Amino acid sequence: MVLEDFYYTKEHEWVQVDGETGTIGITDHAQKQLGDIVFVEVPEVDTELEKGDEAASIESVKAVADVFSPVSGTVTAVNEALEDEPEMVNKEAQGAGWLFRLRLSNKSELNDLMNAAAYAKYLEEEEG
Amino acid sequence: MPVQYSGVLEEHIAVRKKVGLFDVSHMGEFTVKGPDALAFVQHVTCNDVSKLAYKQIHYSAFTYPEGTIVDDLLVYRQDENEFFLVVNAANIDKDFDWITSQSSGFDVELKNVSDSYAQLAIQGPEAVKIVETLFGKVAVEMHYYWFDYGTYEGSPCILSRTGYTGEDGFEVYCPPSIAVALWRRSLELGRPYGILPCGLAARDTLRLESKMCLYGNDIDQTTTVLEGGLGWVCKLDKGDFIGADILRQQKEEGLERKLIGFEMADRGIARHGYPVYLEPGGEAVGTVTSGSFAPFLEKNIGLTYLPIEKAKIGTEIYIGIRKKTAKAVVVKTPFYKRQK
Repeated sequence: MVLEDFYYTKEHEWVQVDGETGTIGITDHAQKQLGDIVFVEVPEVDTELEKGDEAASIESVKAVADVFSPVSGTVTAVNEALEDEPEMVNKEAQGAGWLFRLRLSNKSELNDLMNAAAYAKYLEEEEG
Repeated sequence: MPVQYSGVLEEHIAVRKKVGLFDVSHMGEFTVKGPDALAFVQHVTCNDVSKLAYKQIHYSAFTYPEGTIVDDLLVYRQDENEFFLVVNAANIDKDFDWITSQSSGFDVELKNVSDSYAQLAIQGPEAVKIVETLFGKVAVEMHYYWFDYGTYEGSPCILSRTGYTGEDGFEVYCPPSIAVALWRRSLELGRPYGILPCGLAARDTLRLESKMCLYGNDIDQTTTVLEGGLGWVCKLDKGDFIGADILRQQKEEGLERKLIGFEMADRGIARHGYPVYLEPGGEAVGTVTSGSFAPFLEKNIGLTYLPIEKAKIGTEIYIGIRKKTAKAVVVKTPFYKRQK
């Protein structure tokens, strides 16, 4: 499942943009790879992130995955519900399982990311 | 054995509440036969084999002269002069070489029969019903840590009421030729009880909740039997065995460190290899030997070695989790104990 209207990274993060705000999470493909997610650590509000910075970590029973910020900006909100319900990332990776929101500081960085079609193709090649 | 089938959490819970099926054919099996079989197994392991009745099993360890651990194992007494030993897969060759090297002067025949056995573990409160249907009343009558013989489609099997999950359950040793049929039949019979095939990940979380050691993580050639918390299977008064002198001395002088269980107080999952501190910013005193989210307890738990004076229940310790330091507390183990 690759949703339209999102930007994607090769590391399987996504950004959904609404004006100057970007919401960030991991893709459905990524949550499937991880398996049962039992712990999510999100950044603190007001943290300034550069594109590529380690921003969050997601742990399944057997593995730890770092989440890198796909774009630069300042953290304006985090998904606090994940503290009690980390499994939300499994259930709705590209919805209620979002991780954090940024006020984008450089929207041109979005041009470096993949659109849905490109990401779907990338997944096919990766699995192929 | 795959890491998981349907998912580690539901596999783990199935074993605690219903039943799970594991393919553990990778485990190693040795036979020891001959007039000196008892004396030999007494010599190379630390538990007291003379206490075993026929068809009884105990947990034990092969020890080095330093009192440290070659491997942990199950010892099955098949007859006066016949024993069946079940060892960890990764240690099959090492163990067999070791016991062979220790066998001079003993009239025994040692055989590595690992390739002749597949092993299925049927674990959980409903396991007995499946094993009863497969093998008959013998399953119901068997007590924990006893074994018996059965046949499946004419092939001989060893049925053992043992496991690595902390639940009631059975381990069935069978010829590899019937293993697939037995696996399928077990799943079929288990369906009404909610059976799930279970992978390596659930096997690891189940054994950790029950504080069963994993060789290579929690115990190894650098940890003594006593430090590793295996004093209950180390019978220092049984007579001589490899490492007995050092272990007696260690017991008399007192341990300097021991394996303890901890529960995370702060958020975070401790994992194998993470550093352990007595205070934030201090020097690491060791590493986490096993650590995980515990699916049944819904807590983050782990094992580590601590200096004996810090090993008391309630002691606060700190785990280095990547860039952060998170507080944990020494707790009573096992973390999980089934209601009998």
